[in-house]
Amino acid sequence: MTAAAALERLLGRLPLGWLQLAHNRVRFLAALAGVAFAGILVLMQLGFMGALIASVRLPYEHMNADIIVSAADMNTLADGAPVPRQRMYEALAVEGVAAATPLYFGKIDWKQPDGAIRTLDTFGVDPAARPFRTPGIEARRGDLALADAALLDARTRNAPKGLFPRIAGGETYRFEAKNRTLTVGGLFELGGGFVTDGYLIVSDQTFLRLFPQRAPGAPNHILLTLAPGADAAATLARLRAALPAYDVAVHAIPEAIAREQAYQTTQRPVGIVFGFGVVIGAMVGVIIVYQVLSTDVADHIKEYATFKAIGYPQRFFLGVVFEEAFVLAILGYLPGLAVALGLYKLVATVTGLPIAMTAGRALVVFLGTLAMCALSGAIATRKLARADPADLF
Amino acid sequence: MSGPAPAPPIRALGLSHWFGEGEARKQALHDLDFEIARGALTVLMGASGSGKTTLLTLLGGLRAVQAGSARVLGLELAGVGEPGLRALRRRVGFIFQAHNLHESLTAMQNVRMGLEVHGRQALANWREGCAHLLGLLGLSDRLDYLPANLSGGQKQRVAIARALIGNPEIVFADEPTAALDRDSALNVVDLLKRLGRARGTTTLMVTHDSKIVDRADRVLVMEDGRIVEDSGTQALAWSRPIAPRRADVR
Ligand SMILES: Nc1ncnc2c1ncn2[C@@H]1O[C@H](COP(=O)(O)OP(=O)(O)O)[C@@H](O)[C@H]1O
Ligand SMILES: [Mg+2]
Repeated sequence: MTAAAALERLLGRLPLGWLQLAHNRVRFLAALAGVAFAGILVLMQLGFMGALIASVRLPYEHMNADIIVSAADMNTLADGAPVPRQRMYEALAVEGVAAATPLYFGKIDWKQPDGAIRTLDTFGVDPAARPFRTPGIEARRGDLALADAALLDARTRNAPKGLFPRIAGGETYRFEAKNRTLTVGGLFELGGGFVTDGYLIVSDQTFLRLFPQRAPGAPNHILLTLAPGADAAATLARLRAALPAYDVAVHAIPEAIAREQAYQTTQRPVGIVFGFGVVIGAMVGVIIVYQVLSTDVADHIKEYATFKAIGYPQRFFLGVVFEEAFVLAILGYLPGLAVALGLYKLVATVTGLPIAMTAGRALVVFLGTLAMCALSGAIATRKLARADPADLF
Repeated sequence: MSGPAPAPPIRALGLSHWFGEGEARKQALHDLDFEIARGALTVLMGASGSGKTTLLTLLGGLRAVQAGSARVLGLELAGVGEPGLRALRRRVGFIFQAHNLHESLTAMQNVRMGLEVHGRQALANWREGCAHLLGLLGLSDRLDYLPANLSGGQKQRVAIARALIGNPEIVFADEPTAALDRDSALNVVDLLKRLGRARGTTTLMVTHDSKIVDRADRVLVMEDGRIVEDSGTQALAWSRPIAPRRADVR
């Protein structure tokens, strides 16, 4: 069955909109390309936004903790003033808290053989504690006790070719940073984001040697684990009561993730740019589809006037314009989705960003495309009023 | 023996029409009184600007009546709204000087548009109906052609088929044969006359073609918005029982 025959069966009338679109191939293809382009634009922006959200979540998800205590002014893992170590002991005294461990955070430049620099988000941890559940970190945690020992993120973006397989094979890799020589004794898998290329784990002692200006008594965060069977909400409430709010903020890990995601997507330029891109994409789509549909209506004013003279009601013409809008939405969206999937793969390979299509996003953008085309169609139908059958004779 | 004479399909009383506003206001029709009998082929003649087209658009429900009365197919058009006019349009057929065929529809599909307006049930056997009518107009070998591949006369005949496929009770035609050669024009007029006899289809046609005027049942001549001459037989050309509407055109 041809597309026209299928549509005819579906609509119970001649698929006039489809036939009209198909008649003018060049315009049809231009319109489809426009819809596809808008879809690609929106899908890519949402993909980047999704990657941003995923990359924010990633380090938190690797933490072996239920609650994170940070400076009151903290927006992301990477900022905020140090937290006095005293808060750790106060937290430990709260009912329901089983363990507490400090987490230091700093950034290290990893110079590449070609002179390029990779930024490594570096965590300083107590090797005796278990602040991360990441298998690679857990396995080599003991090694960190040695001075200047480090574990490196094997998903770090743009690392020297073949380096990670060699380290995995047992080779010891050394590199200079902050005037010290770090010894990488093992790898773990985490993955960089928009700000950082990857992660590095060192002991708290090594961290303080790398960042001598940092006071030993003041980590960036304190990670807490709940006692087995402890009520998370009640413990959080007790912690908030026990610790001064002017000094520190207490969040369950999922809460902290949501806060930082909201901050990154609505307060930081990257997030705002992506949101803006979605709006621009949708606008491009509306304008292109409106142009095509209104030109198409204008080109058929005499025919529409003739159909009015035959007795067709206004809703028939609305039906034709919406039929065109939906044909454009569906036939334009599908190739757009295919191209976007290819681009996702390309971006993931080239940048290592956690960019992936979700069924929900694909569906939402499809519905958005339908809505966009319907809106353009609705605006284009205003031109129908010009079809006056009295002008025909 | 027979009951009261059936109401004529068209009756105008004091029908007037104006165009424009204020200074530019101009009267196009002056107080017209006339009736047109069922099944008759009436030809409307007159110089350009005499009001023929205005009269056709009023009687066909394409324009709102401003003053006077126009009763068409039992419906008083004065004061009737758009839905009423639309209902009337579905019962009549228009043949315009320009064919106005839809460029992306084939001859068959263009004709089908005249049926589809009557709803899904009207589409039963639409292929046979449309092909038969196009055949009567000499287009059997052009059924699936797009307008771009038809000559001017062929396109006009497709437009005529589109006007007739819904079995209209009245056909309004404005210079329908301008694009047709002599034989096709006479063929169309004969078809309209046959429909008049067989089904009581009433035709009101603007034309200056003397061969058609010769075949008319009645000729009205207009001048400056008035009917100045009314010739031809006033008797009903049609006197048989009413055939069911929308039966196939035979
Ligand atoms: N849409 C219109 N607007 C203004 N004046 C019109 C319009 N249509 C017709 N007229 C005027 O009404 C008069 C009758 O026109 P018309 O009915 O078209 O005459 P005909 O068909 O006999 O040539 C003419 O004077 C014409 O200029
Ligand atoms: Mg005229």
